[in-house]
Amino acid sequence: MGVFKLGKMTFGSLFKKPETVLYPVQTKEQPAGLKGHIELDAKACILCGMCDRSCATGCITVDKQARTWSIDRFQCVQCGYCITVCPKKCLSMDPNYAPASTVHASDVVEVPEQDKPVKAEKVQATEKPAEKPKAAEREPEPAKAAETAVEKTRDDVLEAKIALLDEEKAAKVRAALAAR
Amino acid sequence: MGKKSIIPFGPQHPVLPEPIHLDLVVEDEVVLEATPQIGFIHRGLERLVQTKDYNQFIYVAERICGICAFGHSMGYAETIERLMGVEVPKRAEYLRVIWHELSRVHSHILWLGLAADAFGHEALFMHCWRLRERVLDLFEKTTGGRVIFSVVKVGGVQRDIDKSMLSEFLHVLDGIKDEYEQICKAFLDEPSVRNRTYGVGVIPHEEALSLSMVGPFARASAVNYDVRMLGNGAYGDLSDFRPILSDNCDCYARMEVRAAEVPQSIEIIRELASKIPDGDIAVPVKGSPAIGSEACNVLEQPRGECYYFAKGNGTKYLDRMRMRTPTSQNLAGMAVALKGCDVADVNMIVLTIDPCISCTER
Repeated sequence: MGVFKLGKMTFGSLFKKPETVLYPVQTKEQPAGLKGHIELDAKACILCGMCDRSCATGCITVDKQARTWSIDRFQCVQCGYCITVCPKKCLSMDPNYAPASTVHASDVVEVPEQDKPVKAEKVQATEKPAEKPKAAEREPEPAKAAETAVEKTRDDVLEAKIALLDEEKAAKVRAALAAR
Repeated sequence: MGKKSIIPFGPQHPVLPEPIHLDLVVEDEVVLEATPQIGFIHRGLERLVQTKDYNQFIYVAERICGICAFGHSMGYAETIERLMGVEVPKRAEYLRVIWHELSRVHSHILWLGLAADAFGHEALFMHCWRLRERVLDLFEKTTGGRVIFSVVKVGGVQRDIDKSMLSEFLHVLDGIKDEYEQICKAFLDEPSVRNRTYGVGVIPHEEALSLSMVGPFARASAVNYDVRMLGNGAYGDLSDFRPILSDNCDCYARMEVRAAEVPQSIEIIRELASKIPDGDIAVPVKGSPAIGSEACNVLEQPRGECYYFAKGNGTKYLDRMRMRTPTSQNLAGMAVALKGCDVADVNMIVLTIDPCISCTER
């Protein structure tokens, strides 16, 4: 009798809790190492483009000019090869799946200027006043000239940073600066 | 004497997991001849080896088939390692074999479920796939993927399994053992299953040898061949390995062999988990395969022997990558098994070779 061969297991199933969960009301706990989606730590990224060149599906695009790192979640297969080749280890695998989307668009991450170049600019700016005595020999009002030069470089840096922001935010920042 | 007619079977058919077309020449419900035809899902994956470098291609290789995904990535990586003379750490070899055997467990349980579905036992199908889920959960915990794992790389593996996880492996596999035994009893002792499978699709031993059949399909015809016998990688450290054979040569024998291979794989995992050495899980691989270098490799996939061939050309792109999959070997045997069977048994016979057309066509 075929029924009785599976009878114990089938009968036992009546008293066990269900194997499935009521998705989406309930969700299964995701293991820590699950290949969900690729995340970028933008602060550490140096925009070297290794992930872009090594990606087997070509889903990552690194734009050095615009300082952006973008990923097409629809093309990404979560192989994790970009993570292994990243020299700064700024890419990581997030255990949560990327949310579903009805629009085919890339996720764009703006990569801020690195600490190192900004520091270099600051050093440059502080060094300029140190040149005062030399400049004083040639120009009658050296302090004023140095001050304007420092202000000019600061404005340039600010303007470059504002240019990276979106329009609405940029307008707000400009208004705040003007008020100051 | 009835009139001869031809019944087209597939590529879209409820019983077929993957597309294959058969022209069945029938007379009075008896199949006189069967001509298989493939070519419906060719994706040109072997050609991609010329546009993806040897590290990237591993992610293409594992997408050849959803069920033998781990086997293909492992077989490909081993071939490239031979091509470049890379020696893989012992721990990585053990981890590869543990995962590979686990994928054999999930593949065979999946097949048993499909077989149950083919002969109309829905409850058995559900129970089989329920057990398979637990194996997939183990994969998910250790590799981060359920079907495609992306855990093998040229030179080793990307992730390690710690001691606590290995003991969880064994705990879960012990947990499914009891239920698996009940399922096997239903498959092997139930009269309705026996009626559908006993004496159906017989391929005699001599014919199995002459048709170069491989895998459980051949072992069910008493062909004593299993690539694991060769002792490649961590298989060489097993204390004892004997292929599971049956001399019934019919559909029942194929089911029997696959059903018995699951506990055998669990035993292999148990033994390797107890012997696994400490150390690195990968070695860095630099450079490219030399011009004209060639390497080949064989691996026992869940469906049988898979052969890999790679040829380098001095760049990081390979010149040629060739795979000969078990189903392409077994299709000839299937055509022979179909001769003389009833039309109602065709689905059962086609399923017992465990056809993987995605692998075959690539």
